[in-house]
Amino acid sequence: MTDATLSFEEAMEKYDPVLGFEVHVELNTKTKMFSSAPNVFGDEPNTNVNEVDLGMPGVLPVVNRTAIESSIKIGLALNCKIAETCRFARKNYFYPDTPKNFQTSQYDEPIAYDGYLDVELSDGTIFRVEIERAHMEEDAGKLTHMGGATGRIQGADYSLVDYNRSGVPLVEIVTKPIEGAGSRAPELAKAYVAAVREIVKNLGVSDAKMERGNVRCDANVSLRPHGRERFGIRSETKNVNSLRAVEHAVRYEIQRHAAVLDSGEPIVQETRHWHEDTRTTTSGRPKSDADDYRYFPEPDLVPIVASREWVEELRATLPEPPAARRKRLQADWGYSDLEFRDVVNAGVMDEIEETIAAGATATVARKWWMGEIVGRAKNADVDPGQLGVAPATIVELNRMVEDGKINNKMATEVLDGVLAGEGTPAEIVAKRGLAVVSDDGPLLEAIDAALAAQPGVADKIRAGKLQAVGAIVGGVMKATRGQADAGRVKELILQRLGVEG
Amino acid sequence: MAAINRDDVAHLARLAHIEMSAEELDRMAGELAVIVDSVKSVSEAAGDDVPATSHPIPLTNVFREDVVGHTFTAEQALSGAPDAYEGRFKVPAILDEG
Repeated sequence: MTDATLSFEEAMEKYDPVLGFEVHVELNTKTKMFSSAPNVFGDEPNTNVNEVDLGMPGVLPVVNRTAIESSIKIGLALNCKIAETCRFARKNYFYPDTPKNFQTSQYDEPIAYDGYLDVELSDGTIFRVEIERAHMEEDAGKLTHMGGATGRIQGADYSLVDYNRSGVPLVEIVTKPIEGAGSRAPELAKAYVAAVREIVKNLGVSDAKMERGNVRCDANVSLRPHGRERFGIRSETKNVNSLRAVEHAVRYEIQRHAAVLDSGEPIVQETRHWHEDTRTTTSGRPKSDADDYRYFPEPDLVPIVASREWVEELRATLPEPPAARRKRLQADWGYSDLEFRDVVNAGVMDEIEETIAAGATATVARKWWMGEIVGRAKNADVDPGQLGVAPATIVELNRMVEDGKINNKMATEVLDGVLAGEGTPAEIVAKRGLAVVSDDGPLLEAIDAALAAQPGVADKIRAGKLQAVGAIVGGVMKATRGQADAGRVKELILQRLGVEG
Repeated sequence: MAAINRDDVAHLARLAHIEMSAEELDRMAGELAVIVDSVKSVSEAAGDDVPATSHPIPLTNVFREDVVGHTFTAEQALSGAPDAYEGRFKVPAILDEG
């Protein structure tokens, strides 16, 4: 059964979207939040666990200091206030992803609250997203549903549980309702999650790999008629786990809500599941605000007191915020707004920075990354940084071009050789015999042949029409199979014809 | 504080996958009722001027350094599990779809 939807444009004409996000960030501490078992992804199931993670009777959790410090850093980077004192609570529920039958979480006393994040949209517009809170909790185990449709809980015969992820430290970042995004809501959704991901990666507190679930997003969407202040009823789409999916899920939910409202039906307040294959959501369990988790303060843990000295010490260790870094790099490199935005959107800002550090100019670094590597990465369906081009390779290629050893066309050929694993640029130039023909003898022969072949052009050049020289250069390049230095060829042609260049 | 009756105990036992006989349910409902009553008398003794207490000793910041300690093998972890499959806990179908 598929839900009805309106076109996005029609939905926008009739309704005003209000968004809200809960982003879960897995911290990259060496150990878990409350136990000394390792926090490692991808190991054999149920090997990174001890008695605390398995909720054995009589065990005592102990808080990981580094996880608290990472959480405070996240709070500071999101411009939050840091609570002087806060506590953990038990969120009680029966579900096989937690063997304790409760999740240790923060409830009414988050470690960070009242912040904001300025999010930059693709055209440079800055949109401020208010942060309600960032609180600490532990991750749950991983369920695999067996039988029935692949991987879905519906129709499963049984489920398998791996508790390696159980107890991994999480920080959940909750926004205030986001109003005023209008038709840019899907784009803002993606940009917000990207900005959070960038911040936690930049802080070094999370590996921030969405494909591994290090950053996971629940997206709340509601619609209201234009001009109405009261919010509509929201749906919460769970576990939208790529930037692209966040954008698509918000867009889809807006279209679905609009169709429901248009039909005169009320929106059901519920959890929705995102399906990447169909790019749609389906209904999960209805959610009521009266979900009774019977929260109470965790009696096995004592309060966290973040002294102002401690907070300031941590603030002093914060790296340059990503937005400030971007501003600095653009100024240093002298790129136009458009050039820089293209670099950021192509995901090669870090690579260009490394290439410049390795000795290339900003112009050369951009030329190679944007002109050659981004396209090849797209064809190979990988991130440009993952293609396997080292900054040193670009510097070497460029030096060869500048020294006249090879021309630009050969340089791209050498790059392909490097990517094919044929060796260093110098080795490939030698192996493929790509050196530019710099001995004037063979060049002059080719020039004479080209002039003889196009006597009319030769006359024009003699008469002072210097732009006509291109046709002769072209003939020479063809004859030498592109192995000549075009600049040198032009010089020699003019010399040959006795014309001042 | 709400009283705990036999149905509540039976419900919790089912959620927690604990098998209980009729006699055990009767006895446990009685015992839990006594505990709830005892807690109730504490609530009566503490007036509005007494802040809620989650811990008897005013300790704060009990931390552990981020250093890896001991772990179980999968075999040890699963040794008390009613059912297992390929190193993982095997649990009955989660959704009631009858």
